[in-house]
Amino acid sequence: MKMKGTQILLECLKAEGVDVMFGYPGGSVIDIYDELHRNPAVKHILVRHEQAAVHAADGYARATGKVGVALATSGPGATNTVTGIATANMDSIPIVVFTGQVPTHLIGNDAFQECDITGITRPCTKHNYLVRNPDELAGTIREAFHIARTGRPGPVLVDLPKNVIAAEVDYDPAKIRIDSTRLSLPPKPSSKKYVQLLEMLRAAKRPMLMTGGGILLGKASEELRSFARRAKLPVTSTLMGLGAFPGSDPLFLGMPGMHGTYFANMAISHCDLLICIGARFDDRVTGKLETFASNAQIIHVDVDPSSINKNIVVDLPIVSDAKSALENINRLLKDNSYTATDAERKDWLEQIESWKKKAPLSYCQDSEHIKPQCVIETLHEITKGKAIITTEVGQNQMWAAQFYRYDDPNTFISSGGLGTMGYGFPAAMGVKLAFPDRIVVDIAGDGSIQMNIQEMATCMQYKIPVKIVLLNNGYLGMVRQWQELFYEKRYSNTDMTFQPDFVKVAEAYGWQALRARFSSRGSSPTGPASWTSRCPARSASTPW
Amino acid sequence: MDKKENVISLLVNNKPDVLARVAGTLGGKGYNIETLCVDVTINPDVSKIILTTIGTKATVQKIEAQLARLIDVIKVENLTDVETVKRELVLIRMSLTADNKNELIRRINQLNCKILTFNSDHCVLEFRGSKAEVDKVLETLKPLGIDDIARTGIAALERKN
Repeated sequence: MKMKGTQILLECLKAEGVDVMFGYPGGSVIDIYDELHRNPAVKHILVRHEQAAVHAADGYARATGKVGVALATSGPGATNTVTGIATANMDSIPIVVFTGQVPTHLIGNDAFQECDITGITRPCTKHNYLVRNPDELAGTIREAFHIARTGRPGPVLVDLPKNVIAAEVDYDPAKIRIDSTRLSLPPKPSSKKYVQLLEMLRAAKRPMLMTGGGILLGKASEELRSFARRAKLPVTSTLMGLGAFPGSDPLFLGMPGMHGTYFANMAISHCDLLICIGARFDDRVTGKLETFASNAQIIHVDVDPSSINKNIVVDLPIVSDAKSALENINRLLKDNSYTATDAERKDWLEQIESWKKKAPLSYCQDSEHIKPQCVIETLHEITKGKAIITTEVGQNQMWAAQFYRYDDPNTFISSGGLGTMGYGFPAAMGVKLAFPDRIVVDIAGDGSIQMNIQEMATCMQYKIPVKIVLLNNGYLGMVRQWQELFYEKRYSNTDMTFQPDFVKVAEAYGWQALRARFSSRGSSPTGPASWTSRCPARSASTPW
Repeated sequence: MDKKENVISLLVNNKPDVLARVAGTLGGKGYNIETLCVDVTINPDVSKIILTTIGTKATVQKIEAQLARLIDVIKVENLTDVETVKRELVLIRMSLTADNKNELIRRINQLNCKILTFNSDHCVLEFRGSKAEVDKVLETLKPLGIDDIARTGIAALERKN
């Protein structure tokens, strides 16, 4: 059947199960918007900045495990997506970003709003396409979704010249073929590897697990829980993996590394077997590589062969997605009737317990100021730990990671690898659209929130009732913390001397906003302001 | 660990931006491509890229893993320690003068260079051999007035003895 490229695009999106997309129109994509006007097959959310469209698609993808979709016009619309794409790339998030492009005969002519977006995004996408031939449109879109979600997921960009999407070509979904040789996955590891893992586990006196975002991406939380509990393994999780293993489980140690707990780091330093699944030994986790887990044999399970032996040379590499690896491990434990005994783990778990008692995560209460950690603990109480939390980047992010215990997968949503300020709020919109019945809260700082604050309008337009808890300390806190610790308190350009009245800003967008000035445990930080403080927390929510 | 020259052979889909992806993967991580040789294989949809880069074994293994991640890369092989035939071709244009002509002709015969064109001012020579042999030919001819050269970079193929 003959169909216009724009119709084919929407048909393909429907076929991929896309129910919402985030975008911003412009000259090169006006035909697509015209088609959406005629055929609102996919719900479109008009954001206020293309970066936010990509973060929202990314948040949607992290919360649902599905592929998120964003759309932007050529030139500046396309370049505005780059930070969002790089964010998704660093955290291996499956999104497909469509960008408009000038007509093919103008490409290379410095046409109005022309830019080489496939060239610009080549290093920060899993793959990208410039569709030059309308006949290739449907196949390219299907391949783009397949690549985004297969193996180690990641962002894929599809650049659509205006004449390509305006052309009429034959469309028959049954005839779309994608080249499987381009998309082959590494072979499954031999069963010997798992036997070796079990042998190493049996021989170990102080074994532990380190898990990361790969568990969430591989949807392997259940399998992880069953393995850790059966083998009685303490679990430390990187920022990206929070929620995969319950934060309230006694075996849970919190995060490793620079922003991690004392006890997780002590455990890593003293363990004799570290089984790392779906984490990539980031420098914020390992610190100095020579001293990281220096007493341990290391097993590394990762779906991406290029992650193995990249930062840390390991004793047993296993190239596999987390779910099938853990299924194999669990089956092997069952077949061998292996369950760790209490006696076997007694000394090791007692040692960890003593580290936990010696230096738990804590902070000094202060009668004058609201401590951000207290805000987050209170938020946990009020939401009974059931909210989906997104974060911005900086101190707010680390406190949110440390002080809100995540018991369920995909409930902590944060830019880990790239560390993108301005991520959390638009991501929260994507999450809320996927889960309208859940409470979705963006934990923000006063620096980060101003990077995408314009999306307050989007929330009003589409009635997306997310909440923002703004920890306002008047500083770019994380950088200030480094200046304090490592730069002899030279607070260069981290003091936000002028700040808007955030309550008024929120109200101007039609939001309800409240300011809390004093801390009083047990009282809601969303309650009316009654105390005064230099560092008030602010809370804003849409009026629904 | 010692750095050495590595020969990497890639089978890639024959598409316009594949070379940019390969070059970007190396360049973006700070590795230089020393030589590069690209052309289509007997399958017109597939091209072969043979490149050399200098690095330690561990570093080059990382580069190979990164290259293998590219969607359009079909196969990555490191031929450094494999029994291969390696050849490079160089075209050399010499400026001819009354002073150097006789000596040049003597050298050309001695070095086994092929004469492709010869006129009163210039001649273009062709030489094939290993990288070291090409280097030696260029060194020998340099004092006689090399005008310009074009090297193909190394092509390598496993012997399969």
